[in-house]
Amino acid sequence: MIDTSFIVAAARVDTGDTAWMLCATALVLLMTPALGLFYAGLVRAKNTLNTFMMCVAAIAVAMVMWAVVGYSLAFDGDGALIGGLGYVGLHGVDFQPRDGTTIPHLVFMAFQATFCIITTALVAGAVVERMRFGAFLIFAALWSVLVYAVLAHWAFGGGWLISGGTLDFAGGVPVEMGSGFSALAAALVVGARKDYGRQALLPHNAVYVLLGAGLLWFGWFGFNGGSGFSTGNPSVLAFTNTLLCPACTLLVWFLLDLLRGRQVTAIGAATAIIVGCVGITPAGGFVSPGWAMLLGGLVALPCYAVIVFRPRTGVDETLDVLAAHGVAGFTGILFIGFFAEASWNGVSDGLFFGNAAQLGDQALAALAAPVYAFGATFLLLKVLGNLMPLRVDDYEEARGLDVTEHGEEAYPTGEGAILVTPEAGIEEPVPVADPA
Amino acid sequence: MKLVIGIVRPEKTNDVLEALYRSEVRGFSLSRVEGHGGELDRVETYRGTTVKVGLEDKVRFEIAVSDPFVQPTIDALCEGGRTGEVGDGKIFVVPLERVVRIRTGETDDLAVTPVHA
Repeated sequence: MIDTSFIVAAARVDTGDTAWMLCATALVLLMTPALGLFYAGLVRAKNTLNTFMMCVAAIAVAMVMWAVVGYSLAFDGDGALIGGLGYVGLHGVDFQPRDGTTIPHLVFMAFQATFCIITTALVAGAVVERMRFGAFLIFAALWSVLVYAVLAHWAFGGGWLISGGTLDFAGGVPVEMGSGFSALAAALVVGARKDYGRQALLPHNAVYVLLGAGLLWFGWFGFNGGSGFSTGNPSVLAFTNTLLCPACTLLVWFLLDLLRGRQVTAIGAATAIIVGCVGITPAGGFVSPGWAMLLGGLVALPCYAVIVFRPRTGVDETLDVLAAHGVAGFTGILFIGFFAEASWNGVSDGLFFGNAAQLGDQALAALAAPVYAFGATFLLLKVLGNLMPLRVDDYEEARGLDVTEHGEEAYPTGEGAILVTPEAGIEEPVPVADPA
Repeated sequence: MKLVIGIVRPEKTNDVLEALYRSEVRGFSLSRVEGHGGELDRVETYRGTTVKVGLEDKVRFEIAVSDPFVQPTIDALCEGGRTGEVGDGKIFVVPLERVVRIRTGETDDLAVTPVHA
């Protein structure tokens, strides 16, 4: 048999592109702890660590699953629905350039891995403050393969959406709609927090939220700017649009806040940064800077509406992943269909520039991704729920998951804490009122 | 006229507030305290340091009421604060010598009877 791998190897690795992609990969990985900070600020103080730990755990679980099987299913071959098993265990993923790029296959895999990680962490936002940590780990491991890898194959890896002409620059389909609509399903299956709708459940640290949003934005330059896999024009365009679009979202969000409550809110601003970054994610390399600014303003409207409306329902989709990611990603994907401009992206025009077919391709993705993400996540959690409890019990939920799941507090005072010396060993706790 | 002091779990604060509201007990003070009432010590680990935490966060209600309201107040604290586990808290009822409403100078029962603004 003739080994054809040498033909592929003839493509050259570009040092500049590789240097940028190494940086971009690190930038995207930073987004996951940043998301942890963002989420931790939005929950009550007693669940700070558990919430942050869900994001940290996503790094561990999703990365391992990605290396073992997820990457292969997403990026091996161009099957319509799912990739092959050729890269299982990173077999054959080495220094040769990945097809169609000028960067080593290893870097390509690592960059895509960070996407899988952040998306898995995003879904946690729907179930914080009540889901068992162990159950979440198992859910995250399965979700990163059964939902993320499949959607990534459809939109990036040669699946039916990308081969059908759908444009998705940096992950409107797998990352944003994938996480947003999965979050809705997860919230429905796991159920609302027991105090939801009875008590005011307020964010405990708005500074964490703003700092987390700022760090997410910073990381997003790698997320969008790296999705051209080079330092070429699409990357430059996406990078700059990642600056322009969220700035416009912020301004429009301020305006909406003013109209609704006469005051501009800080947590609203943090949310606007996320919404703007999400909106430009699918469109970044396809629309001109001017249209990117319009998208920034436009994407604020549906997301703001959903964020205002959602708490009035019985659905405790706690940190509004659906609004900030699902709806914003949906808007960005459709926006490409209207305003993509071949003179800027060198690929395709949208409806506005005479190519109505592009809008059809985009609409298909905007329909298929939510349906698959919602349906698959719903089924997955229903099955898991029959095998193990998904939630902590009422007492643990009331006490807070930091103490009950991790045996730590985010803000320990040390008052009343008695040092257990290593020599003495850890004694079994004994009720003081009932000494043995 | 009694001072009813109720020490309850922080996570039951909202339930107690609801129960007091239903009993039409309107005036109270609330403070966050730490204490120990015989529950299990909690073990926490930070890197190599393992500690037993003997003090639990609690919420302390102080409610001055006229005699007809003493029992309803106690009932509300019990109903709102009870989980059935060790650590639900205590209620102390102590006599009150004198109460003065600062705004009007009203004393005793008049001073502990809420006014509707």
